[in-house]
Parts: sequence; structure tokens; C-alpha cells
Amino acid sequence: MTTATAPALDLSGDVRRRRRERRVRRFFLGTAILSIGVSVAIVLSLIGEAFNFISQVAFADLWTVGWFPRRGLFDFITLVAATLLISLIAMVVATPLGLGAATYLSEYASPRARRVLKPIIEILAGIPSVVLGFFALTWISPNIAQRLFGAGTFSMLAAGIGVGILVTPLVASISEDAMRAVPNELRQASYGLGANRAITVRRVVFPAAISGVVASLILGVSRAIGETMVVFMAAGAVGGALRTFSVTEPGQTMTAAIASLATGSDQVAGEGLAFQSLFMVGLLLFFLTLLLNVISDRFVRRVREKY
Amino acid sequence: MTTTRVADLSTTEVVRQSLAGRRVNVGAIAFQLGLLVTLLTSLLILVVLLGDIIVAALPTFRDRGLDFVTSPLSLSADSAGVLSGITGSLAITVVVALVAFPVGIGAAVYLEEYAPDNRLTRIIATNIRNLAGVPSIVYGLLGLAVFVRLVDLIGLGGDRGGRNVLAAGLTLAVLVLPIVIITSLEALRAVPNTIREAGVGVGATKWEVIRHHVLPSAAPGILTGAVLTLSRAFGETAPLFVIGVATGFFASADSAGIIDRLTGAYTALPVVVFSWTRQTDPLFLETLAPAAIVVLLVVLLTANAGAIILRNRFERQW
Repeated sequence: MTTATAPALDLSGDVRRRRRERRVRRFFLGTAILSIGVSVAIVLSLIGEAFNFISQVAFADLWTVGWFPRRGLFDFITLVAATLLISLIAMVVATPLGLGAATYLSEYASPRARRVLKPIIEILAGIPSVVLGFFALTWISPNIAQRLFGAGTFSMLAAGIGVGILVTPLVASISEDAMRAVPNELRQASYGLGANRAITVRRVVFPAAISGVVASLILGVSRAIGETMVVFMAAGAVGGALRTFSVTEPGQTMTAAIASLATGSDQVAGEGLAFQSLFMVGLLLFFLTLLLNVISDRFVRRVREKY
Repeated sequence: MTTTRVADLSTTEVVRQSLAGRRVNVGAIAFQLGLLVTLLTSLLILVVLLGDIIVAALPTFRDRGLDFVTSPLSLSADSAGVLSGITGSLAITVVVALVAFPVGIGAAVYLEEYAPDNRLTRIIATNIRNLAGVPSIVYGLLGLAVFVRLVDLIGLGGDRGGRNVLAAGLTLAVLVLPIVIITSLEALRAVPNTIREAGVGVGATKWEVIRHHVLPSAAPGILTGAVLTLSRAFGETAPLFVIGVATGFFASADSAGIIDRLTGAYTALPVVVFSWTRQTDPLFLETLAPAAIVVLLVVLLTANAGAIILRNRFERQW
């Protein structure tokens, strides 16, 4: 190159090329900012209407017989109780199924068996919630909730079991990842001390992976709280629900309350504060699941730091 | 252990048994069996779920055949079909792809290739992970408060004031955005740094390296994530209720132009499944809803299987 003899070497290159670089960089930065804007938009859109609700609602209407937004009865306890009950049932189903499947796949299954068995979990994970809602309504409800527990056609029990099936693959895949991340040296040391595989799994692998396992369960709860369709289809209580703590009765969760008020008229409408109340429920839902996700994220990161 | 039994066993077995003890073995086997049972229960649930639905759906397909897939919605169980649901879902999916892919992949490229590794970047990354965990119905509220108004504001609201396919597509695009970003980030991260260094070493600018080397290498992973994302959007139901999807019967004008279709009443395949469980005629719940589910599952499983084949075919080991 002839420029090599010049006293001050200009390495900055073609001006057009540099300009293009800047444009491209700005475009990518823009898309990243846009993605962040989404979370800001969610919070702002929820807070605005939720504030209107809080400032206008009569406090007596927040503690009544049930959740009937079209009649001005906003008993949040009804929704929160149903949400927690259904999540509890879901976790009673998903914890043994998910952790058991994860432990077997991670610690016992041969690579060949794993290749056959793992897709079961993956297919189950890919089934849309509306399908599980249908299953909960037409199979779980008559065959389990009604026959074994004497529930009605619509019950929180049937919905809870359905949500549990939905959450199982999530619990299984995250806790399997955590157990597979435990280094083999720990297992070999355990065998070297004379422990068999069952003891190794319970006393060595499981405690070592506990952060990830806990994270999977918290995330499972978060997913169960946020699930709409299964509850909406199988737990009944369209339009509103009486406050109840019995799982064999119909109930309405926070998510189903939002969907239910929006359905039927093809648009969200209602008397008085019904519209605003949805955003209040949404805001509660958002912060509840956000809190659980942040906690679970902490746990997951602890596993990563350790190994 | 009696001496007569010892004679039957090989030496290693005797040693093993006296070291491990009989009772521990029973416990260990029971533990393993218990684990296997939980896994097989999941399999059983899957078999019962699919079996139950397919058996219920068979009469519809036997009597109606393809007619069920090509008929629009109807109030009569004899002539109702899923065509309106399929076209609605496809239209929504196209909008999702057009919006979520450029933004999502762009954001992933920024975070992985451009962003400095500082606190702000980490906050952004955490934020995106948390967005993936926000319940889908909350996105419906966002869609109602922002996108329905936005679509109406720019004059594409149609006669339904913005409660149309465009608003639905935008809402679901935002819903799947975190998934697009996360899967693209993983694909970009899997491209070894030596590729980038080699590119820069021969004088290419950052964008040239990304355009000609990083993106092509990460393409299979990004594409797989993209297909999985679209199938997620295709099966999503709950947020659509909030932003005004039609859950009952509506007349779909077959002769309508594309703008009218994008701005008019719409439904989606999973919404059709839902609304058929609530019809007064029990035939809808008993035979038509399962048949619609089969159509939905065929679409989704084909897409997911395609994505996995794609990944296995083009995935590169570095």
C-alpha cells in the first residue's frame, strides 16, 4: 500500500462504511429499546386503569360475598383464594410427577431410553392450554373430580389437576437441567464411599441441585397462577363467583376473572368499574408472577455460579 | 443368609450382597420403580389425553372428511367447520412473524454483539427473561389498552374499533417477543468467537462480520426458535378474549377484500375450540370440539417436528 509511507496513518477506513456501521448499530439498539419498552408499556397501561379503580371504588365493595364485577362486588379474596387453591392442587400433581420424571431421566435412564422418554415431556409441553382445558372439562372432571370427590361438572379440583399436568413438563425440564449440571465427580465420590445409586441420588445429587429444583417449583407456581384457559374452561363460575374455599365447588381465579368478563360480549364492557377492575386484577397478577420469577431466577443463578 | 442359599450364588454376588445388605437393595429398587412410575404416569396422561380426543373426533372426520376443515363457522353442528379459525390464526401468525422476528432478532443481535457487558445490559437481559414469565392474559390487557387503540388511531380499526386481526397480531407479537429474543441469543452465543475474530482480522467491519458470518452460522438455531415461537402464538387463546376475538358465530364474507378481512370480525382456531365447548347443542362439545383440537394439534406438532428436523439437519458442531 502506498499510504504506508504517509506520516500519519489513517486507519479509520471508508467514510460510507463507517456511516453504515453507525446506522446498523442504531437500528439494533432501537429494537432492543423497543423490547424494553414493552415492559414499561405493560406497567403503565395497567397502573393507569388500576389507579382509576382504586380511587373510585367504595371500600365496602372490596369485602363482600364474592366477585361479581358487573354488579359492583369486587371481593378480591374470592379470586386470590381460588388462584392459590388451584395452584396448590396443581403443584400437588406436578411436584411428584415433574421431579420424579426429571430424576429418572437424569440419573437412571440410559442415553437410549432418554432419547425415547424425553420426547414425552416435550410433547406434553407443546400441548396448548385450551386442549388441556378441554381435557380437564371432559375427562378429568367426570372421571376424577366427580367420581372420586363428588364434585360438580365445574370444579376447582378438575381445573387444578389440569393445570398440574400443564405445569409438569416445566418442572421436569428445569429440574432435570439442574440435576444434570451436578458434576459426575460428586456421584463417583459417593459410589466410592459405598453408596448405591438411590442413596447417591437422594443424599448427593438432590442436595447439590436443590437450588435448581426449588427454582423449577417456584416457576411452576408462577405458571399455575398465570394459567387462564384450563381454569376458565373447567372451574366454571362464568361472570362471577361466590367466595368459597372448597375445591369441589366452582371458583374463579384472577386470570379467569379477566377472561370471563371479556368473553360473551366480544369486548370488555360492564357496569361501572368492571372495566377498571380487570386492570387492577392484572396488575396484582403481574407483580405476583414477577416476584416469583425474580426469586426463581436468583435460585437458578446460584446453581450456575456453583458449578 | 443360610449356607444352602450361599451355595447357589456366585462369589461376587455373595460379596455384593453382604456389602450392600438385602434391605437396602429393596429400598433402592422401590425408589427407582417409584421414579419410573412418575415418568410412566406422564406418558399415560399423554396417551389418555390424545386417545380420548382422537376417539371423540373420529366420527366427525369419518362423516365429514375434509369438508370439516374447509367449512366456515356455523350455528348448525352438521355444517360447522374450522376454516374461519384456521384463516384467522394464520393471519394472526403472519402479523406476529412480521413484527416479532425483526424486533426480536434485532434486539438479540444488539445484546449479544454490540452491547457492552455492563449493568444496564444485564438489567435489560433480566427484564426480558422476566417478561417471558408474565401471564399471557396480562398481555391481553396490554393489547386492549395499547394496540387496539393504536390500530384504531392509525385508521385501520375498521368497523370494530380496532378489535381485529392486526391488534391481535401485535399483541401476540409482544407476547412472544421475549421467546424470540432468548432463543436467538442462545443461537448467537453458540457461534464461536474465533469466527468473529477471523472476520475482523481480515478487515471486515462489525456489521459485515455479523451479516456474512455470525447470522448465517446462527440461522438454524434462530429459525428453530422462530418456528417454535409461531406455534406458541398459533395455540395462544387467553389474551385474544380480552382484545375482542369473536367467540360466537359471525358471518364471514368470503368475497371480502384483504383489508376488510384484516379489520373485520375474526376468530382463531383455539378460540373456536373454546367456543364450541359452550354451545347449547351438545354435539359441539362432544364431537366438533375434539375434531377442532385434532386439527390444531396436527398443525402444531407438524410445525414443531419440522423445527426439530430443521435443527438436526443444519446444526453445526464447532
